[in-house]
Amino acid sequence: MTEEEKLIRFNSLIEQDEKIEPKDWMPEAYRKTVLRQMTQHAHSEVIGMQPEGNWVLRAPTLRAKKILLAKIQDEGGHGLYLYSAAETLGMDRSTMIQQLHEGKAKYSHIFNYPTLNWADIGAIGWLVDGAAIVNQVSLQRTSYGPYARAMVRICKEESFHQRQGYEIMAHMMEGTKAQREMAQDAMNRWWWPSLMMFGPSDKDSWHTQESMHWKIKRSSNDDLRQKFIDKTVDQAYVIGLTVPDKDLKFNEATSHWEIGAINWDEFWNVVKGNGLCNHKRISHHIQFHNLGKWVREAIMAYAEKNNQLQTSN
Amino acid sequence: MENNNDQLPLWEVFIQKGGSPFKHEGSIHASDKNMALQNARDIYTRRGEGRLIWVVPSNAIASTSVEDEAEFFDPSDDKIYRHPTFYKMPEGAKNI
Repeated sequence: MTEEEKLIRFNSLIEQDEKIEPKDWMPEAYRKTVLRQMTQHAHSEVIGMQPEGNWVLRAPTLRAKKILLAKIQDEGGHGLYLYSAAETLGMDRSTMIQQLHEGKAKYSHIFNYPTLNWADIGAIGWLVDGAAIVNQVSLQRTSYGPYARAMVRICKEESFHQRQGYEIMAHMMEGTKAQREMAQDAMNRWWWPSLMMFGPSDKDSWHTQESMHWKIKRSSNDDLRQKFIDKTVDQAYVIGLTVPDKDLKFNEATSHWEIGAINWDEFWNVVKGNGLCNHKRISHHIQFHNLGKWVREAIMAYAEKNNQLQTSN
Repeated sequence: MENNNDQLPLWEVFIQKGGSPFKHEGSIHASDKNMALQNARDIYTRRGEGRLIWVVPSNAIASTSVEDEAEFFDPSDDKIYRHPTFYKMPEGAKNI
């Protein structure tokens, strides 16, 4: 096949909503975009374990602690599904980790905010995972096969995450005045960063158009954000939380909630590395990756020795 | 910055559930087959997704290539007698 024929075949697969598979020919820009998005997504899952890990030893009950541990284990698993999907495009895992450590690969800006009180764990499950679910449900239809299949797996597990978070918030809103204040405080700090998770507004997003054309993304940032807002505002109302947005209003004509202006300067500042926890997140990852080095060396030495024994027998 | 180039070998994971055939689920890294089976269990079967796991070193898999697809999978469409509709059934014959 000539290059032109390959491109025609690729475009027709996309057109017919077929999946692109690892060995299929694909334009270099498609490969780069999918790989960037998948590794970024994988790193986000893994770095996202840190803000939650902060509360494992201080969870208020044994029930809460067991739930939190199970949730963190899931996040690690999600990271591994995504690394596995990303590796199908030919980049090996060590390169991905190296890029994360060197700041060449990004992860979601949301994990650079600190978890200050127990209600933050509720807010992460309800708002952060809630926003992630809206995005990931849409990505189940992404055009790159391994990515779509990883999303199907992840979505099956995420709804537990969101429900446990909302339960924490609801529980605290039924508690003492101090507990209600903690819940509202967490809501105030996590609401806007959660809305930013969908990325810049469509009119400012460089990647969106190309990604939509290739069906890497299936919905635009603003559409996904709106879907999340409409669901979440009602959920906040049910448990008595106030959405920290004085401009929030319901548009009867469109049946959508309309929000005030998002502070994009804050978003870009955190993306550029100046959030409260950027440095901590990466240095923690580097520290523990390096601490595991002797373990990797030891198990490889053990495996090689066993192989030699087997061949000599 | 330390060099990260010490990842364990890559294995492909296949899982069987119920009476279905083994299905490819993804990959994991492990130093040997025991660790590969344990890692595959921990990553791909946390919600009862299967009863049997196969792990195969990724570099042991032989695969067809997309370039040879047309040649390799020639469907022999000229052999129309391989399809049931090729045959003429006598009038009145039923359930065939």
